Amino acid sequence: MNKDAHIVTSFDNDLKTVETLVLEMAGLVEAQVNDCVTCLLKQDLELVESIRASDKRVDQLETEIGDMAIRILVQRQPMAQDLRAVVVALKMVSNLERIGDYAKNVAKRASVVTELTPLGSSNETISRMSEIVQEMIKGVVDSYVARDKDMADHWRHKDEDVDLIHNTLFRELLTYMMENPRNITSCMHLLFIAKNFERMGDHTTNIAEQVHYMVSGALPDDDRAKSDLTSSITVDLDE
Amino acid sequence: MLNNSVESEQKMSEFEKTLDENGPIIQAKGVEVYYGEKQALFGIDLDFQKHQVTSLIGPSGCGKSTFLRCINRMNDLVDIARVKGQVIIENQNIYSNDVDVVALRAHVGMVFQKPNPFPKSIYDNVAYGPRIHKTVTSKDEMDYVVEHSLKRAGLWDEVKDRLQEQGTGLSGGQQQRLCIARAIAIEPKVILMDEPCSALDPIATAVVEELIDELRERFTIIIVTHSMQQAARVSQKTAFFHLGNLVEHGDTDQIFTNPQDDRTENYITGRIG
Repeated sequence: MNKDAHIVTSFDNDLKTVETLVLEMAGLVEAQVNDCVTCLLKQDLELVESIRASDKRVDQLETEIGDMAIRILVQRQPMAQDLRAVVVALKMVSNLERIGDYAKNVAKRASVVTELTPLGSSNETISRMSEIVQEMIKGVVDSYVARDKDMADHWRHKDEDVDLIHNTLFRELLTYMMENPRNITSCMHLLFIAKNFERMGDHTTNIAEQVHYMVSGALPDDDRAKSDLTSSITVDLDE
Repeated sequence: MLNNSVESEQKMSEFEKTLDENGPIIQAKGVEVYYGEKQALFGIDLDFQKHQVTSLIGPSGCGKSTFLRCINRMNDLVDIARVKGQVIIENQNIYSNDVDVVALRAHVGMVFQKPNPFPKSIYDNVAYGPRIHKTVTSKDEMDYVVEHSLKRAGLWDEVKDRLQEQGTGLSGGQQQRLCIARAIAIEPKVILMDEPCSALDPIATAVVEELIDELRERFTIIIVTHSMQQAARVSQKTAFFHLGNLVEHGDTDQIFTNPQDDRTENYITGRIG
């Protein structure tokens, strides 16, 4: 992308400010995701409050970036890469905000889950899933900073791994529920948690596509492999 | 509802097909312009389709107005200007020796930056073209042409009760629409507009832009503008000129969201290239 300066310096400053705010927001959301995993796996319930607090700031940033973007649209009537950067910032913040919400939801469930008996390897599986999601978020944000569409594409495809783990976990938890109805409470919570991570992956994928668009002016043209099969998974009772 | 939209889509695609089949109405081939020793345009190749609005954009001195003036041989009026290459309008090279320049300008109308009504009545301003080109002979027919042209220029309701008043007494926006009415009174094929709104306020500009969109159904329009937003609003195609070269030409949407050339990008985003 063209990195020449604008004739109007304050336009450069405006765009820089938007980017800085988006990065601040992304940083907070990344931390929320890390913290929710810690809540869940290390039973650190104090972190729940800190996630809630940071969620307020995330929402605030979403509004702030939205206002700033609208102001730029009105005042500068940006074209080409500037237009794309502003529109993409608007879309990115919606996705980031959703990711933050999912992290908050995971953290809220942590207090329930810690009182329940661990089931098989489900904790490890969720841990693995969350690790990939965390890597994806970090990678995609890096690709935004670097204006690197290949890097964005790389992380976009990682979502396939998240979906595959989600499928496996879904099957596994169904089996536990069938083995013993007492497992249902834990399993339901774990299923929601897994679903939350799966959704975080999807939103991160959206961001990756937006970064691709911002850099190249076109959305990625390949259809990403969709691997989430949970909507059609069934388990036979007679097994 | 669904049927309607499918139908209208079919109609649109048929419409676009007809356009393609008809081919370009104007073709510029290797157009070069010299002002004395100085070359102002370098080998411009550019096609214009019927019933489309094309914007010519670029920094001052890039040659866009010079190019516009090649299309109705206005550069003939500049002593030191020489034009090379071809401009073909409906299969006729307008620079061949047997072309009647006056007749050519009846086919290719022009609207200028500053409204320039003749110091005559509103009626006579519009009737001027049909009179000198003798396209209209009877008084009744002339009344019809004047009314019809003023209606198409969206000015009729404002002036119908004072057609004998001076055209120069109208407001700026009205004067510009009067000039447009004057240009379309002789039923040209092409209308050239050289920054038609730069002397108008936003309301008058909006009225003229609305008019451009309506006129497109009957005419092919080429507009030089310094306002990128205006180019994005009114045109289907955009051509970017820089230092006498045609740098990029394409769909307006693409030029303003994803230009291919760095010079275009720098210009439309206001960067120091």
